[in-house]
Amino acid sequence: MRGLFRFFRKPETVAGILILAILALMALASPLLFPGDPQAIAGPALLPPFQDWSLPLGTDRLGRDVLAELFYGARTSLAVGLAAAAAALALGAVIGTLAGFAGGIADDALMRLTDAFQTVPGFLLALAFVSVVGPSLMVVVIAIALSAWTGPARVARAEVLSIRERDYVAAARVAGMHPLEIAFREVLPNALPPVLALSSIIVAGAVLTEAALSFLGLGDPNRVTWGGMIAEGRAVLRSAPYLSIVPGIALVSTVLGVYLAGEGIVETAAVRRGLS
Amino acid sequence: MRPLVTLRSLSVTYAGRDHAALKPLDLDILDGEKLAVIGESGSGKSTLALAIAGLLPATARIGGDLAWPEIRAAGRRRPQGGRDFGFVFQDSAASLDPMMPIGTQIAEVARAHLGLGWRQAREQAKSLLARVRLPDPDSVMGAYPHQLSGGQKQRVAIAAAIAAGPRLLIADEATSALDTIVQAEIVGLIRRLVEENGMTLLFVSHDIALAAELCDRIAVFRDGDMVELGATNQIISQPRHAYTRALLAAHIGLDAEPLLAGARHG
Amino acid sequence: MDKPLLTVSGLTRHFPRSATRVAAVDGVSFHIEPGETLALAGPSGSGKSTVAQLLLRLIDAEAGSITFKGEDWLALRGAALRARRRDLQLVFQDSLAAFNPRTTVARALDAPLRIHGLAPRSERPSRIAALLERVGLSPMLQHQAIHEISGGQRQRVAIARAIATRPSLIVLDEAVSALDVSLRGKILDLLLDLQQQEKIAYLFISHDLAVVRAFAHRVAILDKGRIMEQGDARKIIDAPQSDTGKALVAAIPALPAKA
Repeated sequence: MRGLFRFFRKPETVAGILILAILALMALASPLLFPGDPQAIAGPALLPPFQDWSLPLGTDRLGRDVLAELFYGARTSLAVGLAAAAAALALGAVIGTLAGFAGGIADDALMRLTDAFQTVPGFLLALAFVSVVGPSLMVVVIAIALSAWTGPARVARAEVLSIRERDYVAAARVAGMHPLEIAFREVLPNALPPVLALSSIIVAGAVLTEAALSFLGLGDPNRVTWGGMIAEGRAVLRSAPYLSIVPGIALVSTVLGVYLAGEGIVETAAVRRGLS
Repeated sequence: MRPLVTLRSLSVTYAGRDHAALKPLDLDILDGEKLAVIGESGSGKSTLALAIAGLLPATARIGGDLAWPEIRAAGRRRPQGGRDFGFVFQDSAASLDPMMPIGTQIAEVARAHLGLGWRQAREQAKSLLARVRLPDPDSVMGAYPHQLSGGQKQRVAIAAAIAAGPRLLIADEATSALDTIVQAEIVGLIRRLVEENGMTLLFVSHDIALAAELCDRIAVFRDGDMVELGATNQIISQPRHAYTRALLAAHIGLDAEPLLAGARHG
Repeated sequence: MDKPLLTVSGLTRHFPRSATRVAAVDGVSFHIEPGETLALAGPSGSGKSTVAQLLLRLIDAEAGSITFKGEDWLALRGAALRARRRDLQLVFQDSLAAFNPRTTVARALDAPLRIHGLAPRSERPSRIAALLERVGLSPMLQHQAIHEISGGQRQRVAIARAIATRPSLIVLDEAVSALDVSLRGKILDLLLDLQQQEKIAYLFISHDLAVVRAFAHRVAILDKGRIMEQGDARKIIDAPQSDTGKALVAAIPALPAKA
């Protein structure tokens, strides 16, 4: 309980959590508030916001409800952001742990692999992957994970190199534990905290990458995405700027919220470990 | 002997804890004496040393009064680390900056508190390294802490602690991390420096025999309380408190009865 | 006379150190009989910890041989080595560092039982409780996190973990050096009790010759990677012949004779 109170002390953290909470509500509540297909025609085209209260944010070029699209877009952004980050963290943690623990040739080989992935700009890698395999939500998630796993891998490896020398790892060896069990049961869980500290950056990056891919038309065509909405609004940017601005604001707020909340968690965890 | 530091009802409670680390304590540290503070873990002995040095965390609740009569008389409010007292930690890593050469670190203390110029300060540092019996002071001046052994680092820490000629030297388990041979050497060094400089010594330790060899008075602590205070001879030969007797009984010395039953081959 | 439990012969290991190669352990030879305590004493840097690490196969030896229970210990590898490890266990100096910070007492004691298949899952809780009682702890301690219990309790848990596989030899690496004086005697008594009941041999590493004299049958005094002298503990410590032995004995703080 005490930990939670500390968590809420900084106003930035509270703001971040609030934003994420709103986002989560939007994502979860969308089928309830807007039953039916968000991509269905709901009214006249290019209706400006605040004119018709059944369509609070107006409509887009085809007459689709902007608010409904915004809510459904939240689902995509959140789902892709979290899934891609989880995959990147998991993949990076496993590779980093194997490299750090095994040492020698395995370590060299895995680190050269990491170098290779790292030298390709993340977004281009994701772009190339989606272009080749085809756009779907799963592919986008995998593409982003492939572009983001190298950071967690390096952090995990650095932690593991230090943990490897600790007494309790020697104790596990003396007990006769199999090396793989030592790596994943004793070492990895203790190497995770600094890796998890990267999560807010990775989630934020994933949300932005997904939006960028959708903006370029490489997102899942069957889903509403904020990136897609921004792309659609480009054609009428001068006459109906709200079509691009509204999802843009949503995107910025999401990234900000993720970042603030994530930093708050990291600081709380660090303070807790420092005090103990 | 005049008191150098007076403690009246001094108590310390760390943030987030409900029991006091140090219960209200009255104690005088007399000018020129060698006082040992003995206790086991949780006794409050380190807390006492840190309180006198003003090194407690800002969140700790401190009660009572801790005074340095001569400093108050001279118009200064607070004793200064380096100038009025020197502190030697158990882990020399706490005293030494890993990124700075040894000579620079000691010279800094001399410069800050004695107002010496750089060259003079470095000369002072070199002579201090010789005083703490480090072989080849010239090369130690340019060395980094990680290049020295545990015993050598502790000698450097002691040199830095006495660089500005403080009245009081506080050694907080300064030898506990060292092996017996080095420990004996460091204790001998401390004894010699304290006597040469006319310093007062506060020696915190868990080893009652070590304290008895070095100090004139012994204060025995348990769970934040001072249970006994007296001259070394009296504490060792006629301990009044049961806990002191228990500590003495638990000490395993060369003359202790072997714990083994007898022959090994059954 | 039985064959020794452990025979170490000519054990050698260097550590590369800038220009010169320092021999951390240089041709060390000793043996341990079943159920006896051999102390390895010496100043820091003498190589006693390195001997322990070589014996426990945590680092590799460059030369020498180790025969344990009649087998060539250094030749074992992989699964065979892991299986034999149940016979040779270790207690560290720092009980906090010796355990995974996230573990509980129960999980720490469960591991050796599980790894060596010493009890089916259903029986393990009762075995863990029995182990805790054997080292003088309440079985209720099982569910505590390892950092929640006191240092003395934790060292007892470390001993319980070491005896869980009923080893023939336990390396005690400064195992009582970090304990409070009042606890030290109790832990030493526990270790002696276990030795008598289970016939466990100990390799007792320590820099404190007073404790060695009270606790060990024989002692080997190391310095700079070599054994300077070895023999009956009380004989050697009461009248050391080597310079190192004399220095170690002279350095022991003595309570002044009672007036």
